[in-house]
Amino acid sequence: MDDAVQYLTFTCEQLDDWDTRLLIFVKSIITAARERGITIDLAGLPQGAHRLLVLSEAVPEKTTYDQTSHESPVVRIGRLTIALSGKLGEAATFTGEIILAFGDFLAGRKPFRARDFFYFVQACGAESLPIVSLIAVLVGVILSFVGAVQLQMFGAQIYVANLVGLGMVMEMGALMSGIIIAGRIGAAYAAQLGTMQVNEEIDALRTMGISPVGFLVLPRMLSLMLMLPLLCIYADIMGILGGSVIGVTMLDLSLVEYLEQTRKSILLSQCGHGLLKASVFGVLIGYAGCLRGMQCGRSALAVGEATTSAVVTSIVLIVVSDSFITFLLYR
Amino acid sequence: MNAAITVKGLTMAYGSFVLQRDLNFTIERGDIFVIMGGSGCGKSTLLRHMIGLKPPAAGSVWYDGENFWELTDEDRAAVVRRAGVLYQSSALWSSMTLAENVALPLQHYTDLTPSVIAELVSFKLALVGLAGFEKFYPAQLSGGMRKRAALARAIALDPDFLFFDEPSAGLDPISARNLDQLILELRESLGATVVIVTHELASIYAIATNSVFLDSDTKTMLATGDPKTILQECTDPTVLNFLTRGTGKREVRTV
Repeated sequence: MDDAVQYLTFTCEQLDDWDTRLLIFVKSIITAARERGITIDLAGLPQGAHRLLVLSEAVPEKTTYDQTSHESPVVRIGRLTIALSGKLGEAATFTGEIILAFGDFLAGRKPFRARDFFYFVQACGAESLPIVSLIAVLVGVILSFVGAVQLQMFGAQIYVANLVGLGMVMEMGALMSGIIIAGRIGAAYAAQLGTMQVNEEIDALRTMGISPVGFLVLPRMLSLMLMLPLLCIYADIMGILGGSVIGVTMLDLSLVEYLEQTRKSILLSQCGHGLLKASVFGVLIGYAGCLRGMQCGRSALAVGEATTSAVVTSIVLIVVSDSFITFLLYR
Repeated sequence: MNAAITVKGLTMAYGSFVLQRDLNFTIERGDIFVIMGGSGCGKSTLLRHMIGLKPPAAGSVWYDGENFWELTDEDRAAVVRRAGVLYQSSALWSSMTLAENVALPLQHYTDLTPSVIAELVSFKLALVGLAGFEKFYPAQLSGGMRKRAALARAIALDPDFLFFDEPSAGLDPISARNLDQLILELRESLGATVVIVTHELASIYAIATNSVFLDSDTKTMLATGDPKTILQECTDPTVLNFLTRGTGKREVRTV
């Protein structure tokens, strides 16, 4: 814009039609003119455009700035540390509330409705059977294939039954059930509790003096603690049957021969290892799902984040605890 | 008259962001007390401090001469048990029928038999005009009906204090007016002290006996007292602008 210009006006007689893009263009001209101290006359603009421009400037622009963008790394680390300690504090409080609610339950007080508990038992148990069946059978088939390729070279294909049986009972049954339930049930718990948080349903419980942990979290956790070991036993059986399909169809073994070899290879204590892991996974999935749901913010986005976080946390906890238990049992 | 709830030097903050500071007011027993102010000034947050959902950054809330936030957990729960809350979103438990929603506090706090509880539930639902809706789920009701069902739950234990967060939000004018009448009747019949968060001027003039005005610019209260008196006597331009809907005319309009 020429510095000699002192006065700016608009002529729009030949303008047939216009939309908001005209205003954006005019505003950029006005801003530039104001910076140079040029007097502006908007009277020549179409009447509607003139009114919209006035309206857009009726409320002064609020000056905000992102406080965090001006912070030094030290301040940011401090802020992150405070936020992290806050989260840890929440988790500790949540753990304490669960222990108290569980104590109440053991003492014979009923902090939740029996109907809710059986609903969650059904969701964790019977409704999870199809997906657990599919995955366990396929894991059995995969283990059997992998073992067969190696063992056939030594004419030791009968030991495929040992490999599949021990693999399922000691590790894969519990691990696969845990991962499936983390995705199916842990995510559902986080979404349910997160949505209740958004709808103020959890606040309503608190202001009525009813513990949300006792009423909402405990039945969910108890159902998982009960059902995951049972699902693990079911997954073990389905995995062994999956392995037997390969044994019978590809390794020329009879079904009786395969199952008898499996029976001989597995000790009851080894089944106990798998059940112990499944029990621990049940507690961890319930804990992670419910914690993330209770920590959820008050928006649809926060519910999504809580759900994702519940699944990720559950799977990480499952793998870490699995490694830890395996190390303790076999060192 | 004696003080039912007293707020002394209350400061509300989210982290380092101060929402309101130095709030001081008294709610007398039997008052219909309105917390008013523009959007985002902290009305609902003040309510959360008063009903025990969020501890204040500074200051105190007193119930019947006891400092609420310094009570033991058990004593605080006992105070909360004397209160019924109607949330902005109704906050009915979506997995339960209306009857189960209203029955839960009765089952939790009384030794009444299931048949007596069922009768009480039907009576409370009838009080709010929802007789026969016992087996309906919240999702099957309109917004106004959900509000009334939530009110039935809030009065399940015949509370001494009733808190309402934006009761007429999302309601048509007739439903909002009916809800105002219902609040008035319940206050008369239960003898409860009522605290309402709202910015609906018609409701404020129709039912409020006392109020506080919160301002988001100065971050503190600008007026307290009967809103009709404030309307006539207040000289603060922000309060006057709010109470006259920007017209400057000091007229009480309840419709």
